[in-house]
Amino acid sequence: MKQALAIEARGLVKTFDGAPAVSGIDLAVPTGMIYGVLGPNGAGKTTTLRMLLGIIDPDEGERSVLGRARPLEAAREIGYLPEERGLYPAMPAREAIAFMGALRGLPLAEGRRRADILLEQHGLADAARRPIRTLSKGMAQTVQILGTIVHRPRLIVLDEPFSGLDALNQGRLEGLIRAQADAGATILFSTHVIAHAERLCERIAIIVGGRVRFEGSVAEARGRLRPQVTLTTRVADGDWRAALPDDAQYDGHSWCFALPEVGIEPLLEAITRSRAGIEALSIERPGLHDAFVAIAGEDAMRAMDKEVERA
Amino acid sequence: MMMTFRAAMVIARRDYVATVWSRAFLFFLLGPLFPIIFGMLFGAIGSRMGEKPEIPTIAVIAAPAEYQALLAAHDRLGNAFPLARLAAEAPGSNPDRLLDRPGIVAVLDQLSTSPRLTGTEAAIAANGSALRLIVDDMRRAERLGSLEPTILKTRPIAHHAPATADHRADLARGVQLLLLLLTMILAGMLLSNLIEEKSSKVIEILAAAVPVDAIFLGKLVAMLGMSLTGITVWATIALTATGIFAPYLLTALATPAVGWPVFIALGIAYFIACYLLLGALFLGIGGQAATVREVQTLSMPVTMGQLIVFALAAASVEDPDNFVARIAAIFPWSSPFTMIGRAALRPEIWPHFIALIWQGLWITLIIRVSAGFFRRSVLKSGKPRRWFRRRAET
Repeated sequence: MKQALAIEARGLVKTFDGAPAVSGIDLAVPTGMIYGVLGPNGAGKTTTLRMLLGIIDPDEGERSVLGRARPLEAAREIGYLPEERGLYPAMPAREAIAFMGALRGLPLAEGRRRADILLEQHGLADAARRPIRTLSKGMAQTVQILGTIVHRPRLIVLDEPFSGLDALNQGRLEGLIRAQADAGATILFSTHVIAHAERLCERIAIIVGGRVRFEGSVAEARGRLRPQVTLTTRVADGDWRAALPDDAQYDGHSWCFALPEVGIEPLLEAITRSRAGIEALSIERPGLHDAFVAIAGEDAMRAMDKEVERA
Repeated sequence: MMMTFRAAMVIARRDYVATVWSRAFLFFLLGPLFPIIFGMLFGAIGSRMGEKPEIPTIAVIAAPAEYQALLAAHDRLGNAFPLARLAAEAPGSNPDRLLDRPGIVAVLDQLSTSPRLTGTEAAIAANGSALRLIVDDMRRAERLGSLEPTILKTRPIAHHAPATADHRADLARGVQLLLLLLTMILAGMLLSNLIEEKSSKVIEILAAAVPVDAIFLGKLVAMLGMSLTGITVWATIALTATGIFAPYLLTALATPAVGWPVFIALGIAYFIACYLLLGALFLGIGGQAATVREVQTLSMPVTMGQLIVFALAAASVEDPDNFVARIAAIFPWSSPFTMIGRAALRPEIWPHFIALIWQGLWITLIIRVSAGFFRRSVLKSGKPRRWFRRRAET
């Protein structure tokens, strides 16, 4: 059975001052899933999210969010954390959360009540009445994230939610995202940190240069690469070497190659017949990092690594 | 539509509370009080040094000889009766017009035929008896009319507030100027607020949750609420201070043609319309700018235009029915100034209903256009206009 889609976009195009930011993006985010949008800085991730949310209109293409062609009509069921965090500095944390809920149709009194509970749950009860400007960056960011979910949205869109958070808060945020997904919400987030996507996402889209290079599950992305074999034999030479695949490379100690389609067994039989002996053998499934390099290219990966270093 | 209004109210409430509970608002409230306090202080000193207190006066419309005879009678009776000061006026003067003058509490005329005293009830009660005796003595001395005791006819009037066209024109000009000053101050505050919003990055959260029209409307309503709060405070202080220190100023004001209650209601309505028309325009401009300096540069032509519009509206005070006045009443930005001036000068109410509907249409249109500009410039949304596209291609 075909799964219902929380977000569907076809052929989204956006150009700023003659420069294309997004050049025909297709996305399909199934309901109730954690979906990651990966790509280096300038790939078009934020522009895509803004178009999906109706903050900006695409020059071309169609979008449907929670079944509505005009995303603002579904605004009450959406929570959004923008990349550039913004809160009113003089506003108390509790009021900021309630205000963000009120923007999405939650009555202020109910927003305040929920804000108290959320702040308590996230260890910020003492900060409830403190103005945002007196909070640490991590605390302020947590307040904004709580404001994003206070109205219990069906769809949560997070643009680079982990940037600016320390390791502890990143772990907490991962927990919060999982909890929201467990409660039935669809999560769409953009990131340039592959590890977060690998841990959290069921499906991903890799965007480079304003185009989707890959769209599918993490397993499918990793499945694009064959597992890597590392083999060390006791005797380096012999007839068995004829059984090595063409792409096998020797680093002076071990042989490395992609797992052949026929499997490793014919090679192992040749080694046994030649009595070359096996000192070490490993078959590793490639990670999302390797899959990303294979899909997006080395340049994109280097750009992502630089962003991680900067963060 | 309801969603837009509800969202606008959420934004308006936040902005209003944030502004009114800030220290800056206290300074905003106190700002206009300094010139008023200093003005009153120096005014009071000046008036003590240079001005005599206003003495209640009875204008006597009579030929010089008659007037001298009246003064002689007053002297003969030894100034025995407490009487307001007498002042001669040329024969043929209009008693009603004389009563418009400050200090004139009553008018005495027709001395040689059938003496008549026109004035407020209080003035007639205070001076009527004494005047009858003086006029009687004068008529006997001058052998005017019969020897029967003089009967002084009295004609009480409800009040003697100035109501002439000149005074009403002064009122119209004064209110127009007040409207201009208030809108200029508040439009500036609106711009600063928008710049602050853009720099705090909250705008994206707002734009993702509510239509841009609602953001605009919310900001306008908040600033309007804030300005009405300010005006209420200023008006209360000004009225209290005037009531205590210069109560005669309150009665010296001309009664507007539509009457005070309607005039005040129209004044508030036109202030709101004027503020929204200008505010929506400034928000559209503010959306194009990134810094306060850019805002100042961009808003300068609008401020100049505002002064031209004010001059147009001020010119209509002379004759609210002429061609210029009609143009000024139709042009949206000069319409509130022109119409409040008209309310001071002409008693008809129906043109104000039409004007307010007309201004309301323009407010809606300008908010929508400004919101469109805002989307294009700040959120970089929507296709660029053909002209911009052509420029980008070259």
